[in-house]
Amino acid sequence: MTIPIGVPVDARRLLNATAEPVVDRRSLEDPRAEVLELERQGELIVQKIDGEAISVATRYGREKRIQKAHLWHHKSCGQCGHIPGYSTSIFWIMRKLGYDYHDPHDQTSCTAWNYYASATSNTAAQAAVAVRNFAAAYETGYFPLIHCGTSYGHYKEVREQLIRHPELRAQVRAIMTKLGKPLVLPEEIVHYSEWVHALRHEIAAKQVRDVSGIVVTVHPACHYHKIVSGDAIYDPDIYGGQRTAVVTGLAEALGAEVRSYSTWFDCCGFGFRHILVQRDFTRSFATLRKIEVMKEEASPDVVLTHDTGCVTTLDKSQFAARAHGHNAGLAVLSDAQFAALAMGAHPYRVCQLHWHSADYRPLLEKMGIDWEKAWAEFQSDLRRLESGEKRYLDWDDADGVHDGERPAARGTDTTIEVRDAL
Amino acid sequence: MTVTAPPQAETDPHYKVGDVAGYTEVSYDAKVKLFEQVKGDLRFGDYLYGCYECGICVGACPSAKFYDFSPRRIAQAAVREDVELIYQQMQEDIWECSQCFSCLRCPRGNNPGGIITIMREVAVRNGLASAKEALVGYSRIIYKIMSTGTQVSPDMLGRDAFPDWGPETADVADNLDLWRRALPPETMHTTSTGWSVADRTLVELYLIWFETGALDMIAQVDPSLHSILQELMEDRLEEEGIEP
Repeated sequence: MTIPIGVPVDARRLLNATAEPVVDRRSLEDPRAEVLELERQGELIVQKIDGEAISVATRYGREKRIQKAHLWHHKSCGQCGHIPGYSTSIFWIMRKLGYDYHDPHDQTSCTAWNYYASATSNTAAQAAVAVRNFAAAYETGYFPLIHCGTSYGHYKEVREQLIRHPELRAQVRAIMTKLGKPLVLPEEIVHYSEWVHALRHEIAAKQVRDVSGIVVTVHPACHYHKIVSGDAIYDPDIYGGQRTAVVTGLAEALGAEVRSYSTWFDCCGFGFRHILVQRDFTRSFATLRKIEVMKEEASPDVVLTHDTGCVTTLDKSQFAARAHGHNAGLAVLSDAQFAALAMGAHPYRVCQLHWHSADYRPLLEKMGIDWEKAWAEFQSDLRRLESGEKRYLDWDDADGVHDGERPAARGTDTTIEVRDAL
Repeated sequence: MTVTAPPQAETDPHYKVGDVAGYTEVSYDAKVKLFEQVKGDLRFGDYLYGCYECGICVGACPSAKFYDFSPRRIAQAAVREDVELIYQQMQEDIWECSQCFSCLRCPRGNNPGGIITIMREVAVRNGLASAKEALVGYSRIIYKIMSTGTQVSPDMLGRDAFPDWGPETADVADNLDLWRRALPPETMHTTSTGWSVADRTLVELYLIWFETGALDMIAQVDPSLHSILQELMEDRLEEEGIEP
């Protein structure tokens, strides 16, 4: 392919105005309609929303439906690896509300953290990884629910690329054929925090802990509300529709006081490669532009956010900053962990707060949770593992069944035999 | 068109030439070839529409606050097709980007972060010095994601790996196996991966890396890692009777 060099983009477009119309294609107006049209043309399969769903509004008003149950959990490598209480809280809430789900082994990471960090991949590989995961969900009949904000944002980018570029669809389709899988996209790409937002009133109905005295600041995750931003949830009653409604909507539904701060739009400082190999930037940005500003302007008890990297960055960056005398020291939780605590979840058995670095104990005390007693209970659990009484703890243990407590209402985690594809 | 533009370094005393930055200077034609790869990416037309030079992207950019870095310069260079500056950016600037995509605030509709993703990809594919330097210390992550299908694992939280994250991280390291076994989800009782990934799933992933040329990209920046990954994946695919 010969490409003329030296002709500026705008000039080229003016010269070729009839052949190459200038269309701002940042956000498709209705990606759902686009994928359904491609399905009608026989280009791909769309996994449909099935069963009860809740409609929510997106940034420019399009309605997005959130399926309530029968969900395929697309886990996050960062959550499962370093802050596992994030994932377990999502599962626990779903079980507590009585909705069934599938926690698959047939799932890879979206691999986007690595892609945004190192670029050691390409468009076709990223699209194939995404579609392979979507096909794995499709084969089970469970609808995908994306835990990670980066996976969610990246998959929306992939969806746009597949919609716009037939040559990419052809390439990915050929790879999927080799894998024995179809080219499939879900009717909606849904982030878990959207599910939490849509069900926030059901969550609040199960609330057992008063959080009305808790002051919250919210960090909206960049890859949730900046990438393909038209597909994120907004609500005219929350920030006047000027910021995404997720997380804030939940905190308000639970009765917490949400306070604003001036750097709310700033990223957390994660940086993808920076958090791993250039951490001076990450630590500095997270504390100077986020944590310190929040503390000075809003005096929060906790910062709530809804993505893997944000929880990790904001939580882990504070130790070094405090050592240098900065005004750090603020609990960092995901919206799911905060909701689970409000619903009565155990801070260690379910929310796994011992994996966090910033001090969360003052927050627990303010929520009326005896963390010393809870830690002793968890230590008792660990002794059962060490003695060989049990190899693993399970959901009954998480609900304190063995403490003589009444087990919580549970959904089901279904194990599914997926057909051999190769 | 025929390219005759002179190197700006000869006419502009403030231009940061490659030698000053520590990178080997290459011919103008070589720079043109690199830019052709950037411009030839299918996403390029979706990410670039012109530039108002308003600086909104810079105001939103976290990296611009801490580095000599500007997403506006990235967009401007791409719009003007200034291959000299684009080469310089590929050797110096692109790895400072946080890939947060705050720059999508651009009122013109540009995606400077996306252009940088493409430029990074071209830098890796061509084995540019900046890519090799940026990925020093990162090999383990690439190995982990490509071979196991999950990027970060619990056992990365070693006692000495993240000392700046505080003593709690050492607690995790000291109790790793026990604390993983205390997690209620059955998929998460792992220490070397974030969750248990099915063996067949990994075979499918390996095939994707081969089919898309993603594995070959590693050879340009880390030949040793590439050899290890290639052998691992070829052996596994061979066991399945698959010719990559």
